[in-house]
Amino acid sequence: MIGEADKSNPRDQLIQAFQQLLPDEAVLTEAEDLRPFECDGLSVYRRLPMVVVLPETVAQVQTIMRLCFDAKVPVVARGAGTGLSGGALPLEDGVLLSLAKFRQILNVDPDNAMATVQPGVRNLAISEAVASHGLYYAPDPSSQIACTIGGNVAENSGGVHCLKYGLTVHNILQLKIVTVDGELLTIGSETLDSPGYDLLALMTGSEGMLGIIVEVTVKLLATPERAQVVLAAFDDVTRAGEAVGAIIAAGIIPAGLEMMDKLAIQAAEDFAHAGYPRDAEAILLCELDGSNAEVSEQIMIVRDVLKQSGATEVRTAKDEAERQLFWKGRKSAFPAVGRISPDYYCMDGTIPRRQLPKVLAYMSELSNEYGLAVANVFHAGDGNLHPLILFDANKPGELERTEEFGRKILEFCVDVGGTITGEHGVGMEKIDQMCVQFQSAALSQFHAIKAAFDPEGLLNPGKAVPTLHRCAEFGAMHVHNGELAHPELERF
Amino acid sequence: MSNTSISELLQSQVQQAAKEGRALNIVGAGSKSFLGRYSSGARLDVSKHCGIIEYDPRELVITARAGTPLQEIEQTLADNKQMLAFEPPHFGENATLGGTIAAGLSGPRRPYAGAARDFVLGCKLLNGKGEIMQFGGQVMKNVAGYDVSRLMAGAYGTLGVMLELSLKVLPRPAATVTLFNECSEADAIQFMSGLLSKALPVDASCYYKGQSYVRISGSEQSVIEAQKRLLGERLSQRSYFWQRLREHELSFFNSDKPLWRIMVKPATASLPIDGEWLLDWGGGQRWLYSDADASTIRNIVQQHGGHVSLFRGGDRNSDVFQPLAKSMQLLQQRIKTSFDPDSLFNPGRMYAEI
Repeated sequence: MIGEADKSNPRDQLIQAFQQLLPDEAVLTEAEDLRPFECDGLSVYRRLPMVVVLPETVAQVQTIMRLCFDAKVPVVARGAGTGLSGGALPLEDGVLLSLAKFRQILNVDPDNAMATVQPGVRNLAISEAVASHGLYYAPDPSSQIACTIGGNVAENSGGVHCLKYGLTVHNILQLKIVTVDGELLTIGSETLDSPGYDLLALMTGSEGMLGIIVEVTVKLLATPERAQVVLAAFDDVTRAGEAVGAIIAAGIIPAGLEMMDKLAIQAAEDFAHAGYPRDAEAILLCELDGSNAEVSEQIMIVRDVLKQSGATEVRTAKDEAERQLFWKGRKSAFPAVGRISPDYYCMDGTIPRRQLPKVLAYMSELSNEYGLAVANVFHAGDGNLHPLILFDANKPGELERTEEFGRKILEFCVDVGGTITGEHGVGMEKIDQMCVQFQSAALSQFHAIKAAFDPEGLLNPGKAVPTLHRCAEFGAMHVHNGELAHPELERF
Repeated sequence: MSNTSISELLQSQVQQAAKEGRALNIVGAGSKSFLGRYSSGARLDVSKHCGIIEYDPRELVITARAGTPLQEIEQTLADNKQMLAFEPPHFGENATLGGTIAAGLSGPRRPYAGAARDFVLGCKLLNGKGEIMQFGGQVMKNVAGYDVSRLMAGAYGTLGVMLELSLKVLPRPAATVTLFNECSEADAIQFMSGLLSKALPVDASCYYKGQSYVRISGSEQSVIEAQKRLLGERLSQRSYFWQRLREHELSFFNSDKPLWRIMVKPATASLPIDGEWLLDWGGGQRWLYSDADASTIRNIVQQHGGHVSLFRGGDRNSDVFQPLAKSMQLLQQRIKTSFDPDSLFNPGRMYAEI
């Protein structure tokens, strides 16, 4: 609760300044109004911010940043709040800067296959707006109906099509950002490269730590003439994993290549009635797109490869409706798992594909050890695993055990040459696992890069990159492979 | 094919240079020494740090030391029907992987498949304090930490000494055909930019001396079908046209004048600068030999929303790359300092201040 506005109180002064700048309904301070902003898609972390501001012009964002910079108050930027790593978790003493009102598509340029949009434009809305030109925006995270392009850039979002069409970083050309001290900067350009360092790469996936994204120019692609999907069933998960490598070895880059294990298949089938074989240990969905001729040729090749890899059944969607149905099952896998368990925890590691059998075996070992079931959906083409750990948050201690289980999976991903996050970001959730993935020198380099943009550490502080001291403390309770992490640091 | 690591030697050389405050000029094969500004500094030879460390065609990733010859990498990939899809220019038979990424150059396939930076997945880097750091990795999707690996592409070695690089690789297309067609520059610009919104398997297009060229690549059948939908005569594969374009070996590039590289949006109409033009990247990258002075060229290109660099020849003590706005320049300087606090690496190679 706020008391009477006190002119000598810096917090009240800042809120008053916001109220002078923005309409009343765009400055939220009451607990009930702050509540919708207390968490993002990872709702196990919740916190109310000091104040929420909802500007609608770039000039307002600049003023807000200048005010916060002068008052040394931290700022957390937020798009649609669909992120899965707690990256938009507010700070109690901080400003939550919502970009929800930046919803305009500013320009569509079909001649140069690009579009300029505000950060609060939804991912899918871009493709819808350019469809009449035969174009689309390729990255398609599963939250694409709701998530916004600003958040996609902040997280470097992927989706089911990234093996062939890349991540967000491959599909944007230019950003406008407001710096921590309120300056407007253009990063990248409308041409295919820009002078100086590639700051576009640095900004993409920087989780709100380097600047506030206020405009995005995306690259558009021609909608393929045809897309077709092949479903293959396997009685052994390892064989399904090997089939993925065999498809790629045959010289084919599928538009999407997804794998689901038995528990995920059954949950999805009960939910979406996609026609999946319920008794299979694993299924693969392989989507091919391109010209009519190319797709026809590739279907033949893929079907052969799948059969040679030991598939028990290979089905090509007979029409567009069935293709959509096959995908509906996959895209509803998360909510489907949500129906069979009171809660689930979605992990996001990436591994070299050849390590899949080893990682699956380890997960099933852990599953027995913890007494918690795991359903696996897997962007198999690019090695991005999404194990869903089933748990019940109402059972005392079960969330903690689930988190520990999840951490072990991520650390194993690092052990086999992979990474702790493929597309969901580090945020709050995986900050300790960063200590496992990176050595001190690299972490220090990340901090130095942040300081180049944000010397006072006011942009989304405490997320994405852990302090070395945090890692030292984490290392003290966590001896990895018998070696103490960050041994050069003092313990306390 | 040699396979040797000299990372400890390189590390001690950098540490020694840091102690003495002595600048270093990082060199692989020296094939791209004509690029960028003149830079002083003692030679730091990375060419002995070479060899492919890991390559599994099924993972679509290759990891190699920075001094590995580009030719060796491309041959190894070709043996497995794969390629570096950004089609990097070599500019010399000994060109190394490190120099290729440091210069961040891409060939004709760039607008359709992506640039050098798009294929960088991981990098082992030696910074200006002599510390070895690993960023990114060998997987396609990785959002842990800032994307430092891609930042190395086009940084001209000013941020650190790249020791190892992991790159995404792709299958080689089964078939390729090039069609050429006589047309005006205006028609060519319209035609090439129009290809961006057509679902055709085009992977290169350019225009010069009254002819447009378009390359179609994909499966046998899709190439045959696409040919029916595009006008033009078939060019003999034996002309190695795209390779000669990539390496600047076409007759167009026989000139002693300074060569300007002009970047504009592909649909941008012909620019009003007298000279010899070659439009690559579907009109997005334009090469120019001109008697016009640097500031005239810069002004006109900027008015058209583009940027320009002095690619070859000319005054290499002046601005070679497009000058940056003051606030951007200061930010880039701070980033440089965050990697290389004593300005050891390739000082002045990109900009006088970096």
